[in-house]
Amino acid sequence: MKRSWYATPYALWMLLFAVVPLLFVCWYAFTTPEGHFTLANFQEFAKPRYMGVILRSLKLALYCTALCLVIGYPTAWFLSGRNFNHAQSLVVLILLPMWMNLLLRTYAMMTLLDDNGVLNAALQAIGLQPVKVIGTEGAVLMGLVYNYLPFMVLPIYTVLKKMDYSVIEAAEDLGCNPLRVMTRVVIPMSVPGIVSGVTMVFMPAVTSFAISTLLSHGKLRLAGDLIDYIFNQSSNPTRWNIGSSFSLMMLVLILISIGFLRKVDPDSEGGGMW
Amino acid sequence: MKKIAIVLLVALLAGALSAFAFAEADKPFAGTEIKVYNWYDYIDPEVLDIFEAETGIHVNYVNFSQNEDMYTRLSTGAEIYDVVIPSEYMIERLIKEGLLAELNLDNIPNLANVIDNLLDPIYDPGNAHSIPYMWGTLGIVYNTDLVEGPITSWTALLDQKYADAKIFMMDSVRDTVGLALKTLGYSMNTHDEAELEAAREWLLAQKDSGVVAGYILDQAREMMVGNEAGMAVMYSGDALYAMDKNDKLAYVIPDEGSNIWVDGMCVPAASQNKEAAECFINFMCRPDIAQKNLDEIRYSSPIKQVVEGLSEEELASTAMNPTDEMVKRCEYYVDISDVAYMYDDIWMDVLM
Repeated sequence: MKRSWYATPYALWMLLFAVVPLLFVCWYAFTTPEGHFTLANFQEFAKPRYMGVILRSLKLALYCTALCLVIGYPTAWFLSGRNFNHAQSLVVLILLPMWMNLLLRTYAMMTLLDDNGVLNAALQAIGLQPVKVIGTEGAVLMGLVYNYLPFMVLPIYTVLKKMDYSVIEAAEDLGCNPLRVMTRVVIPMSVPGIVSGVTMVFMPAVTSFAISTLLSHGKLRLAGDLIDYIFNQSSNPTRWNIGSSFSLMMLVLILISIGFLRKVDPDSEGGGMW
Repeated sequence: MKKIAIVLLVALLAGALSAFAFAEADKPFAGTEIKVYNWYDYIDPEVLDIFEAETGIHVNYVNFSQNEDMYTRLSTGAEIYDVVIPSEYMIERLIKEGLLAELNLDNIPNLANVIDNLLDPIYDPGNAHSIPYMWGTLGIVYNTDLVEGPITSWTALLDQKYADAKIFMMDSVRDTVGLALKTLGYSMNTHDEAELEAAREWLLAQKDSGVVAGYILDQAREMMVGNEAGMAVMYSGDALYAMDKNDKLAYVIPDEGSNIWVDGMCVPAASQNKEAAECFINFMCRPDIAQKNLDEIRYSSPIKQVVEGLSEEELASTAMNPTDEMVKRCEYYVDISDVAYMYDDIWMDVLM
């Protein structure tokens, strides 16, 4: 048996549950409910309310990715230190929340961020003013960062861990101060990890749904919520067609952003997915 | 589980035996089985035992959680039901599609117990196809500690002075667009584009003013119970639930009017046991039985004798017992599928 045959189950699975559905999405996106070719579904996209949702999704996903990078990079650097023996157990701690379902984590987040929730109780206990978080863009951003941070830490950690430490020692011996070691050696060498992390955070963040609806009390919906609404609740007879065209647009959007990232890491050294 | 199964089996056997033994004139349908399709948690289960004991009719009791689920199962004909209990707009649709049998009201003398306000409704003239089971209204629940009352109008939902207390709207297109229409003096079932446009503007102005804390559904009950929100649009049944747990809450049906809903007992056209089904419906309208159901599920009962027997506190409760004058301000939802896309368009503008 040829070795490639071993992938048959997976190939079949992908064909049935990824390729075929995608073809359906393409079909619906370019047709009317009666099955005639049309581009009208994409014109719907130009309505200001939809552009607003898309821009909000992009903005929040960018903020989320940036925050994850700012928090995640130093964490990964710390964990990959060569004299640090507890790295494995700490990595497990980072993974731990991922063992629980995303929706449950978000419900827990709601309880924490509530006006009368744990966060405000803690603030008041140390004599500070309570803050209004839930229902704001900040709450949604916190939810996104909390959910996607591990996807940033892990790829960067893997790349940093693999890095040859003698390179850093060489830089130090040749007179680099710690800051220059960081900016001239460590960061450039970890670019593949950064690219991988950014991709893995940005993609799910820009298409995320439910997190935003729950943490904003239904006031701030993202692209994912919009598509969900069009398919499930809309009474528009063309809802499958419009929903499909929106899904396709999101797909293109993601492909474009990944294309940019690919330019930065052409060899996919960070275990890139494309 | 096993125990329950044995008890059920014994009960079944006993029922069958007694059915054979006492198939007398007063139990004309003894031995018949009827299938009753009702909402989850929407009956006192004891009532079914009493019915089986009294009539010898066996009840196969099954449940749904949404009118639309019920509709799908009923309309595909996959299963045949003898009694279904959908909401009024669904009853209207089922009548239109010929899925309901015309009731023989001679078999349901207890219809005389139903309060006048709910008789001969617009969705089913002459109660030809449906008998009210439970009913309620849409209104505002507010916390008298957090909000300076009394609230009397939907316009309170626009009032900046309540913004700090938090106002929650419903994540539901008919209810939220409907209340905007009512505020502006229009029908909740309007087909008029200009009226809908005005409702859109009202809702967007409300949203842009920042007075709305959110568009939610089930969470609102617990937030009101926990004093976390000052005001929320809610159905009277949910309001009663919240008010039972927090005595600072009050419920109001705004002056401009609101929605009234009724769940009605109907017999599908496909039923083979129509008379036994009518016997069940008649039984459910008996005051002592209606009282049991009310005690169990805490909605508003349409049965006069039950209403007369309410405690003073319950009688004074707008949620449990709205006055005739309040009910007259309310209207039923009617099927608007032909203009649903216009409602939808407004709703997308509000939500997105």
